[in-house]
Amino acid sequence: MANSLTNRRLRAALLAAPLFVFVSVTFIAPLATMMMRSVYEPVVAESLPETLAALADWDGRELPNEATFRVAGMEFIALNERRALGSVATRVNRLESGMRSTMLGVARELANDPPAGAWREAMIAADEDWAEVSSWLAVRRAGERITPRHYLNALDLDRGAAGEIVAQPEDRRIYVTLLLRTFAISAAITGICLLLAYPVAWLLAHARPSRAGLLLLLVLVPFWTSLLVRTTSWIVLLQNQGVINDLLVALGILAEEQRLSLIYNMTGTIIAMVHVLLPFMILPLYSIMRTIPPRHMQAAASLGGSFWQSFRRVYWPQSLPGVAAGSLLVFIMSIGFYITPALVGGRTGQLISSMIAYHMEQSLNWGLAAALGAILLLLVVLLYLIYSRLVGVDRMSLS
Amino acid sequence: MSAAKNPGDSRLRRWLHVGFCAAVLFFLVAPVLVVIPLSFNAEPYFTFTEGMLRLDPDAWSLRWYRNVLEEGRWLPALGKSLTIGIAATVIATTLGTLAALGLSSPAMPGRGMVTALLISPMVTPIIITAAGMSFFYSDMGLGQTYTALILAHAVLGAPFVVISVSASLSGYNHDLNRAAANLGANGWTTLRRVQLPLIAPGVFTGALFAFAASFDEVVVVLFIGGPEQRTIPREMWAGIREQISPEILAVATFLIVFAILLLAAVNWLRQRDYVRA
Repeated sequence: MANSLTNRRLRAALLAAPLFVFVSVTFIAPLATMMMRSVYEPVVAESLPETLAALADWDGRELPNEATFRVAGMEFIALNERRALGSVATRVNRLESGMRSTMLGVARELANDPPAGAWREAMIAADEDWAEVSSWLAVRRAGERITPRHYLNALDLDRGAAGEIVAQPEDRRIYVTLLLRTFAISAAITGICLLLAYPVAWLLAHARPSRAGLLLLLVLVPFWTSLLVRTTSWIVLLQNQGVINDLLVALGILAEEQRLSLIYNMTGTIIAMVHVLLPFMILPLYSIMRTIPPRHMQAAASLGGSFWQSFRRVYWPQSLPGVAAGSLLVFIMSIGFYITPALVGGRTGQLISSMIAYHMEQSLNWGLAAALGAILLLLVVLLYLIYSRLVGVDRMSLS
Repeated sequence: MSAAKNPGDSRLRRWLHVGFCAAVLFFLVAPVLVVIPLSFNAEPYFTFTEGMLRLDPDAWSLRWYRNVLEEGRWLPALGKSLTIGIAATVIATTLGTLAALGLSSPAMPGRGMVTALLISPMVTPIIITAAGMSFFYSDMGLGQTYTALILAHAVLGAPFVVISVSASLSGYNHDLNRAAANLGANGWTTLRRVQLPLIAPGVFTGALFAFAASFDEVVVVLFIGGPEQRTIPREMWAGIREQISPEILAVATFLIVFAILLLAAVNWLRQRDYVRA
């Protein structure tokens, strides 16, 4: 008997194993390497080994000694000849702005006019920033292989001269603000979806089956339609010369010059995201409400309860699992949403995901992109744990 | 307090309710359908021209459809989307069905954890997945290849298959396996002749979901696909971002028809799902 149990366990595990391995290799491993990248940055350390070795013993208060200046200068020249200084300088620049041009400039000057002995004077003459302790501190910190700096950066924090954690100057605090804004917008979208979905789910759940099937189709058609198509539709509808503005002008509600800015801003993001996510609210609500017998409301009414009393005390509590499941699902999907805000959000309608894309594709600050991604992922995982406690991953259904 | 018993009041509430629902359903469906008539616009505008509203035949035309067919960018894109979608669906469906069979067994060790891991590609925000994959696949030397995109879309589609087949299996009577064994069938024969035919609707539903997910996926394509892998969503993305032309509406109309066909197929499969019914 024990033997057959072992056999059945083995058979079950073997069936699940291929996908398990596949997901681990093609999905978990990429995420894990991304996490690595958020704390591990070897480029500067590998490019400036001697400078960093010299700076390791330095006290960080006075300027480094002549020997340090010399190895640093020589390494800068060598890297610049291999065209490898730019990526190093960019990384130092993220810690101390202005350092990119300082490093590239000094390398060029030193190569043109190699100093015979006094590297210190020559470098300071080439660029005064080399007389600043903070420049050298930035080089040393950029050389740390394992660094919390991307996480600090993603949380609008920085390290002070003595390595203590300080807040970024006010004008550089962007990520926490954006994260909070993402939360606020996601909460608003979830609220709007719930408000719109609840009565519809009710109607679907308690209509005659033939009619319910037809109405459900109206929910499922947009659900199945390509996200890009739906986003295109909203651009067509909402743009300045679009259908809605044309209609409002034609009806005389708006004058020609009063056309509303409905797109390429936060309004556009919210309208289009509510449209995309509404089915994800309606469907869980519908599946819970179908299990609430209409007799309960009738019984409450026959006991003298007004409609609202009966609703509040009898129907609403029974529908709560659907409310929780739908709201969590919509909220989780909102905070990571990328495509729709990227296409209809313009400059002001962006969420945290667009920052990840920006650092991936434009600023090429991959460490920061990875740290922002890791923070977002952590939030999503936490919310999903709550979701699976409430609903159960097993019970997640597709239709 | 007797409001609920006042028939006039309850009728008003009913009408308000139905009216509100009609408005919400209109909000859901109208934006999808509005692109269909606009795709027949004779002018390069994204709104109804006066001629269209007067139903003047000259204001309507098939020129954007002709452009789509002649322009030499959409048909290759369709080919690429189909290649990637079909290959990814085959992998996702095979692995996903096997995994769901394993997970459905009461003897499966660590089921909760394993399920969570297998579902995780579906619930992770796509931008994070795409960012992670773009580092990883280029490190592996697979950057900008079909292989990378097929693997990525397969792993994104597999959770749909797992969920759909698991749902089918949840109504499966495991006594049937024992009955088959009693009649002398081995595990493989039971799987092939008893279990798979019964859960086939669930398998096909999952496959359709996986294919639809791949066919509409753009972020991973943007991050790990190269100039060779310009799929339909990739071309649409470029069209929306760079210069939106009514050609896009013609393609969108095609995709809406495609979505309706998929929906019809899924509904048909659900009616055939004996196990769940």
